[in-house]
Amino acid sequence: MLRVENVSKTFNVNTVNEKRALNNINLKLHQGDFVTVIGTNGAGKSTLMNAIAGVFNIDSGTILVDGKDVTKLKESQRAKYIGRVFQNPLAGTSPNMTIEENLAMAYKRGQKRGLRLALNNQKKEFFKSSLELLELNLESRLQQKVGLLSGGERQALSLLMATFTKPKVLLLDEHTAALDPKRAELINKLTKKIVQNEKLTTLMITHNMEHALKLGNRLIMMHQGEIILELDELQKKKMTIKELIDAFEKLRGEQFALDSAVLG
Amino acid sequence: MGIIIGSLEQGLIFAIMALGVFIAFRILNYPDLSVDGSFPMGAAISALLIVKGTNPFIALIFSGIFGGVAGLITGLLNTRAKIDGLLAGILTMTALYSVNLKIMGTSNLSLFRKNTIFTPLNNLKPQLTQLFGNSEWLSWVNQWINTIVLFLFILLIKKIIDWFLQTDLGLAIRATGDNPAMIKSLGVNTDNSTLIGLILSNALVGLSGGMMAQYQGYSDVQMGIGMIVIGLASVIIGQVIFGSKSIKRSTFAVIGGAIIYRIVIAISLYLPWLSPTDMKLITAFLVILSLTLPQHSKIGKNIFWQKRKVNKKNYHAQQISTENN
Ligand SMILES: Nc1ncnc2c1ncn2[C@@H]1O[C@H](COP(=O)(O)OP(=O)(O)OP(=O)(O)O)[C@@H](O)[C@H]1O
Ligand SMILES: [Mg+2]
Repeated sequence: MLRVENVSKTFNVNTVNEKRALNNINLKLHQGDFVTVIGTNGAGKSTLMNAIAGVFNIDSGTILVDGKDVTKLKESQRAKYIGRVFQNPLAGTSPNMTIEENLAMAYKRGQKRGLRLALNNQKKEFFKSSLELLELNLESRLQQKVGLLSGGERQALSLLMATFTKPKVLLLDEHTAALDPKRAELINKLTKKIVQNEKLTTLMITHNMEHALKLGNRLIMMHQGEIILELDELQKKKMTIKELIDAFEKLRGEQFALDSAVLG
Repeated sequence: MGIIIGSLEQGLIFAIMALGVFIAFRILNYPDLSVDGSFPMGAAISALLIVKGTNPFIALIFSGIFGGVAGLITGLLNTRAKIDGLLAGILTMTALYSVNLKIMGTSNLSLFRKNTIFTPLNNLKPQLTQLFGNSEWLSWVNQWINTIVLFLFILLIKKIIDWFLQTDLGLAIRATGDNPAMIKSLGVNTDNSTLIGLILSNALVGLSGGMMAQYQGYSDVQMGIGMIVIGLASVIIGQVIFGSKSIKRSTFAVIGGAIIYRIVIAISLYLPWLSPTDMKLITAFLVILSLTLPQHSKIGKNIFWQKRKVNKKNYHAQQISTENN
């Protein structure tokens, strides 16, 4: 469903700030795969997602979604196939527009937008039943502006907006990181439910090892622009949080040693 | 009474321009200064075409079209040539000054004794008197007929804008001003939605300019100077007084703001210690007042209309919006 082949990306080429953020990345997700992504700060996780979503052009490599080469497509042209939720709860929704208007925009994901009224009774009914899934009682607040919602509510709405048109690929970039533990738990529960219900092919970045193990069927760990650990379904089931944290700490230790070497 | 009616009529014509400013500044969140050029351009086009013998209504349509082209140019400078939005508008405005002079061939083009969109109404008045005889009621109608017809026309434009901003395309344009990254991730090319918004905005401004030229009976190349501030004053005054809870309310507020602005100006010109040259000063003062007043008084965002619910959620929303700024 998603294939990332030999993808590299360097920022600020030929400057002192030159940074190789992605180094020959290969990754293959089958239909329904739910891969969690962990890694140190600056490992290139978000850059990988931006590359898949088409935020910038990659230097080399190919990206295929559902067998279609999207490498040359602009972000807005890929939107049809790719749903995204960002870390910042403010990023995924339009604050001065109502809940139903936000949903209506997401409903038209990747489609031509013309001069039809964006809302009608049929759509409103569909939005209501979709919102019921969140169990946040948002279905009774369709005409409220999204800016009035709490961070957790907005993130739940973003999740719904990213998924209810069944995109080929769902990208989640630390989408629970800005929330308090209780709301993070809620969004995780919703993520699991929605991904399972819709059988979405999903890539999810998290810094929470427990979430990384609990959610999804595969796991990758990134470091300095490379995928340095890949767990398949079986390996992931066997992996304990402690083992994973140990592996991760080892990396961090290396990073720390490296940093202090540079500084020293 | 004459003064009030005159201000109302002018206010209604300026309201169309203010609606254009509203679309650029509030909906698209784009500080478009081309307005100072597209308003006199609409006037110049109407004046030129009428002098050449074109039907004044057709002339008015062309005023709108040329205004739209001005918006398109600003938009292209910004989205394609990647020139800063503010500067793109200033460049268009500056260029249009010369263009407008070229269009008119002179700095002031009179429509004296020419047919304008108001001629049919003026012709109607004696006919009405003939039909119904002279009565107090009729003289009232004759006095107010321009205002009423203008009002109905502006109402129509308001309805069209309200409708447009509720369509799929309209929603995309609103989101382009509100959260461009988000609407991009939903597959909208924000360059295009910015272009459409600016075309629509300046088409309204051009239309308003054309109407103003036909109303006052001449077009002057200087008549656009400070237009943007008048438009902004109308938008801000309107939203302070009438609120901006929804699109419908906002467009209503803009029209109300434009009329109130005109009346305030008319009244202040009546005051012995103020002269017409003080008008721009008063305008700037009004804008500053309405921009600062809501923050420093406890009145809140809006004085009369919005029911204020100071609950936790509103507080939260305000926090979010201050974080956004
Ligand atoms: N647009 C950009 N321009 C320049 N450098 C960038 C850009 N985006 C990312 N980088 C750099 O690329 C590297 C990888 O960044 P990225 O955001 O992908 O890390 P990450 O794995 O998501 O980290 P975190 O866990 O902190 O979110 C970093 O060194 C970052 O500074
Ligand atoms: Mg990141």
